[in-house]
Amino acid sequence: MATFVVRRLIASIFIFIAATYLMYVLTAFAGDPLEDLRTGNAPNKLELIEARTRLLNLDVPVFLRYFIWLGGIFGLTGKGFDLGVTVQNQPVTVLLAQAAGSTLQLVTLASLIAIILGVIVGITTALRQYSGYDYGVTFLSFLFFSLPIFWVAVLLKQYLAIGFNDFLRDPHIEWWVIVALAILAGLIWGSIIPGSLRRKAITFGIATLATGGVLAYIELSDWFKYPHIGLPGVAVTAIGIAFGVTAISTGLRRKQALRASLVVAGIGIAIYFPFMAWLSFYLDFWTFILLAVATVAISFGIGWFMGGDDRMPVARTAAIVGFLVGGIIALDRFMQVWDDYAASGRIKGRPIATIGSQTPGLEGSLWVHGIDFFTHLLLPTVALILISFASYTRYSRASLLEVMNQDYIRTARAKGLTERTVVVRHAFRNALIPIATIVAFDIGGIIGGAVITERVFGWTGMGALFQNGLDHVDPNPVMAFFLVTGGLAILFNLIADLVYAGLDPRIRVS
Amino acid sequence: MSNIPPPVEEPGHHEPGVTENENAIELKEVAGLSQGQIVRRRFFRHRGALVAMFALAFIILLAFTSVGPQFGSWKPGGWWQYTWNVAVDIENGGRPTLSLFPFSIGNHPFGQDEVGRDIFAVVMRGTQQSLMIMVITGLIATFIGTVVGAISGYYRGWTDSVLMRFTDIIITIPVIVIGAVLGRRFGIQGAQVLAIILGLVLWTGLARLVRGEFLSLREREFVDAARVAGARDRRIIFRHILPNAIGVIIVNSTLLMASAILIETGLSFLGYGVQAPDTSLGKIISENQAAFATRPWLFWWPGVFIIAIALSINFIGDGLRDAFDPRQRRMPTDRALRRAKLGKIDPNLMDASPAKKRDDS
Repeated sequence: MATFVVRRLIASIFIFIAATYLMYVLTAFAGDPLEDLRTGNAPNKLELIEARTRLLNLDVPVFLRYFIWLGGIFGLTGKGFDLGVTVQNQPVTVLLAQAAGSTLQLVTLASLIAIILGVIVGITTALRQYSGYDYGVTFLSFLFFSLPIFWVAVLLKQYLAIGFNDFLRDPHIEWWVIVALAILAGLIWGSIIPGSLRRKAITFGIATLATGGVLAYIELSDWFKYPHIGLPGVAVTAIGIAFGVTAISTGLRRKQALRASLVVAGIGIAIYFPFMAWLSFYLDFWTFILLAVATVAISFGIGWFMGGDDRMPVARTAAIVGFLVGGIIALDRFMQVWDDYAASGRIKGRPIATIGSQTPGLEGSLWVHGIDFFTHLLLPTVALILISFASYTRYSRASLLEVMNQDYIRTARAKGLTERTVVVRHAFRNALIPIATIVAFDIGGIIGGAVITERVFGWTGMGALFQNGLDHVDPNPVMAFFLVTGGLAILFNLIADLVYAGLDPRIRVS
Repeated sequence: MSNIPPPVEEPGHHEPGVTENENAIELKEVAGLSQGQIVRRRFFRHRGALVAMFALAFIILLAFTSVGPQFGSWKPGGWWQYTWNVAVDIENGGRPTLSLFPFSIGNHPFGQDEVGRDIFAVVMRGTQQSLMIMVITGLIATFIGTVVGAISGYYRGWTDSVLMRFTDIIITIPVIVIGAVLGRRFGIQGAQVLAIILGLVLWTGLARLVRGEFLSLREREFVDAARVAGARDRRIIFRHILPNAIGVIIVNSTLLMASAILIETGLSFLGYGVQAPDTSLGKIISENQAAFATRPWLFWWPGVFIIAIALSINFIGDGLRDAFDPRQRRMPTDRALRRAKLGKIDPNLMDASPAKKRDDS
């Protein structure tokens, strides 16, 4: 294995260096970096041209100039890690550090959500093949597949952001809308849940009533002005999460797992008030992350101690429950500051942002900044998700269908395993192998898509760095952009190979 | 299972739960037909693909006859009264005159922009350009991808290593990034040049797939037979292996065209694609996105045409994939499923049997 990793790593590095060389030469030949000076009519034109030539080493042929740039990366110019300067003589290293953060946040969040949603929807459509739900999702994924992202982005701005902000000025849901949405939700759930007509009818009834009830509560409690989940909501959700996660992860028959999950959910409910009223005021970003890690670790420990003979699955289940319950409580805490945030002088009652990655000059606690972060991330994330969600859904559906037709699935069913064990243990794990590879190969495409998304939403991320550099025919910022995106693409391809080798025993690595 | 009556053959429907008879029916259906005929039959049975094909044909006809094609100085003109680059007086505040009840087209069905150009004509011209770029890009990328994949899959060894490492290098650069860099340099020289550039960038995925296909096909007996008979490499590649890999190539070049049109519109949106005075669908959207609040029709129509073209091609690609995939089986309808249930056979159990392997990604 080690030989394989090392050999792959060395090959990747050489490919990456070759790719940077290609990229550098292409960018340098994309136009004339002195064009604006040549066509301008400044009195000291020649001096300006000479100054820029010296600044960017334009007198060195492109094929060699690359090696000056490469030398800068390895610190040979004596300035440590150095990516050169832009046309305006700003150090690219500093610019990249500012830009990379916002882009990577955007891409990471969007990819994570798209992968999770895509795999879940793909798996469920495969299990309900040829149902109305399956056809609906198939058509939608074809549609999303064909959407130009910049077009979606403008629509999202108009309808999701501006429309929703208008709605928030006087947030009332009409009664007929509530009824219609409730029936729609009932129909969707009815087509997902399998079984006899009677069972479908029961599902439809429960889903309709639940949706209608929640919507009516939202309408009656002025929820959009003061959004909250509240202790009852948190309690119900936490217990629901405990049952749901246990049912999928180990099955409800595993009493220890159910007990551990319920204990974790109970602890979550118990610390709700201390957290909301006291602890949460003393948190900053890092202590918040620390708390999240601690929550998962403690939940894992609880599962470990209550797990009995086969601890690992129980501990895993408890850890997932702990993470989700903690997330719900944190969400409620974020909602608590919503009203302050929306009414503050910087926001003026229009919270969903259409432009930029944060509100300039906004002051407040971790929670206020968190909300600001969400409202700015919302639109670009939705746009990126719509595009990549479609392919993940198709891939995971195809992959699970392929696996479900294998002989070992029939064997598993024949020896009397429950449907849950067959699907989760035998089918899902094997279906993950091709999905893992495809997801890794896709990362480069997502970052490429982010260039367009950032431009539409006015983010000053790496997309802007790339575009400014390219407009001025300035290889340094363009290469900084490519160093990150190409590096990530290479890294994820490497990970894909390793994951493939790790997951699939048929692949020999030596 | 022998107590089940032989299934009534319905066109387009497949009876689940009758696995034993299934192969016989399948064989009877395709007996005496060539590969091309089988594929054509299966394709025409895919309703979505059929509808998509007619939609695409309609769009192509509409785009090229309405304002007329234009290559250099050759402009035959079309049946539409306005041209895409001439402004006329603004009627009705530039709003679209298209109405469905009662149906009438009016003078400017898609409206006019702020200087008075007829948006129908502009969108038709943009559609022409985007379609042309898509076709040229698709052909070039398919050609390069097939040749590179075929050579590296057939010869293996260091030829394969060199070609595949080269493919890896290109694949490392996101398509939109390398497209933007090249478009910045060559986009000004016209849409055809841009199309060729995109074709030179987009072939990598196909090359990998074709290589995989060749790697497995070259080990088959018919290749040995051809070699023993004294066929040269070129003949083996083009006459023996390539026809067997044609399914993969056709399906993926279709899907490649769908992504080509999205990439072209994306590049034109960023400003590195088709340049003024010419236009393309992405460029129309880019020029007008700020006007969305006041003149949404400037924005809706080009987008609708992009989606219609990309969606049609994706559906055609899906239909082709189903048609070429020998493991593909037709979908059972609800009615057939119910009938299978009445026959006391659980269709879920049947789903698990290997004879009914489905792969419809």
